[in-house]
Amino acid sequence: MIANHLPTIVSDQRSGRANEPRPDVLRLEHLSVYYDTPRGPVHAVEDVTFSLHAQERFGLVGESGSGKSSMALTIMRLIKPPARVVAGTIWLETTNLLTLSETQMKHLRLAEIALVAQGSMNSLNPVMRIRNQMALGLTDHGIKLTKSEMDEKVTSLLAQVGLPPQVASMYPHELSGGMKQRVVIAIAISLSPKVIIADEPTSALDVVVQRQIMETFKNVQAEIGASVILVGHDMGLMAQFVQRLGVMYAGRLLEISPVREIFSQPRHPYTQMLISSLPSTETKGHFTGIPGLPPSLLNVPSGCVFHPRCPLAADRCRAEVPQLREVQPGTWVSCHFAS
Amino acid sequence: MTPLLEARHVTKRFGGGLFDRTSTVALDDFSMAIAGDAPSITAIVGESGSGKTTLARLLLGLTAPSQGSVLYKGKDLRKLSSDESRGFLNDVQVIFQDPFEVYNPFYRVDHVLTTPIDYMHLAKSRAEKWTLIEQALETVGLRPEETLGRYPHQLSGGQRQRVMVARALILKPRIILADEPVSMIDASLRATVLGSLQKIKDEFGISIIYITHDLTTAYQIGDNIIVLYRGGVAEAGSVDLVVRTPNHPYTRLLVGSIPVANPDQPWTPEAAAALPNQKRGRTSCKFADRCPSAMAKCLEQTPPLYQTDPHRAAACFLYEDAPVLNNEAMDNVLRVNGAVVAG
Repeated sequence: MIANHLPTIVSDQRSGRANEPRPDVLRLEHLSVYYDTPRGPVHAVEDVTFSLHAQERFGLVGESGSGKSSMALTIMRLIKPPARVVAGTIWLETTNLLTLSETQMKHLRLAEIALVAQGSMNSLNPVMRIRNQMALGLTDHGIKLTKSEMDEKVTSLLAQVGLPPQVASMYPHELSGGMKQRVVIAIAISLSPKVIIADEPTSALDVVVQRQIMETFKNVQAEIGASVILVGHDMGLMAQFVQRLGVMYAGRLLEISPVREIFSQPRHPYTQMLISSLPSTETKGHFTGIPGLPPSLLNVPSGCVFHPRCPLAADRCRAEVPQLREVQPGTWVSCHFAS
Repeated sequence: MTPLLEARHVTKRFGGGLFDRTSTVALDDFSMAIAGDAPSITAIVGESGSGKTTLARLLLGLTAPSQGSVLYKGKDLRKLSSDESRGFLNDVQVIFQDPFEVYNPFYRVDHVLTTPIDYMHLAKSRAEKWTLIEQALETVGLRPEETLGRYPHQLSGGQRQRVMVARALILKPRIILADEPVSMIDASLRATVLGSLQKIKDEFGISIIYITHDLTTAYQIGDNIIVLYRGGVAEAGSVDLVVRTPNHPYTRLLVGSIPVANPDQPWTPEAAAALPNQKRGRTSCKFADRCPSAMAKCLEQTPPLYQTDPHRAAACFLYEDAPVLNNEAMDNVLRVNGAVVAG
């Protein structure tokens, strides 16, 4: 097993939590990430708490600027100044990722948590053959294989994502967008990580290829037993792929629910308005967007972050930040009116 | 009445010469016209490699056809005088797909908004110029105070795309060619931006050619739709007919691949091809190798467009009992709300 080559994860003794059994593979607790700017801190992620269960497909949906990509990058410890983690913890099983050194984190990336970034097909090295790029991830993590063992490993990874062996000797420009994205997924699963974070992995692809890629992704995820966080803004894609969905708005997590619940019975007014603004091929010409604009993260509204656009807003909403509460087993909402 | 913008039997070939078999035909004998009288929104839908971006570039005069011609007010784009050229540039505007590449990174984004106003003398004073800019930004859901003064890398992809839409609004052309204008924007804002494109058609009479792979938004905003597959028209006509009751097997595949926002309505998997490994002849239906309804005929002949409804045509031998939409006679066409679609 490849995992035997990896150094042991340093468990965090200081928090005293390391010895408790954790059923969730990833757990964020009160995570806040700000970007420092000359005009003050931008509250990109504010007080976010959620867990990712083993082998589950979790969706994180939100408009651009909602904080979802910042959150994905923070989990990978890939954010750079002026961004900084202001508060909170990120537990990968029994390890608090925020306490690790960069060297320790490097060992975890790809091996334990992998990222399939937006437009990642553009991040393939244009002057390197696919085989060599895939091998890089393995050799960087101390995997020593002979040339033929490596070729076999590469072929088997390509097969897992539905690509023929010839792709290994090709250059990225010889592949279509869909094929490149499959290569990126193959790299992400190459060390069988526990968590794969996919940030809008199919945004540049057409629907036919998108469906093929997502079905491939679903299959490989099940095969290697990884958990997936799919970050994006395509609610249709979320409906087809994830099991649970979290809705983010202006840096906060407003609702978490099993996917069927969210579409049939959205609790938060924002989720309700989001779902009714979705275009379909059933009814034509009803452009019901959500009136108003997302708030400036430099000057976040007091109380509930959604109150300026919320049809239900009352005095309490302007004064008091609603807590994320479990209103029904598995359904969490942060709204004063949800019960 | 002379169409405002017309593609007449346009073929675009890349690579190779006349006798080189290795060239790629990006667009094959394509004809289409946008009338000047009534504004319309024509959606052009296809996967990557369908020829839709090539078509956009041909219609904008950014590239010349290998065969056929693109005409502005009846005149070939390659033969316009400098005055006529200026008219063309004013009348036909574009919103490009890639919000990363269209900006000069050395200029603030204000530059793409002020340049057309200055060049086309659209404002009489500085105050008027900035009012125009601010209104356009607000129409697309951007706060002027958070957008102006920024460099492109300081805005998100979605914001950059919306600035390009704002820029097109300022110019008030006769036709806007929008190549994936909302692909990087989220659902709730997409509705708003599409609504504003619809509004500019209604209020300013601007026709829109909306190029996308997203059938759902094409359905929402389009009056007519042309479905491209590998450089040829698979199906065309009224958007209601084509999207809700598709004729062509490829259109059916597209419609079935749309992720429906309902977990209980899963994706329709691609039906298996009927004749997957058969060799296609020199002429054949381009979809034959993937088509679940392919017949032997499909491997040997290219189907013409058959008019299966007054406002719809499909290029598929399944419909060979329907009348052929004649390529030569421009009067034997489909006219739906202003756009004229022929072979």
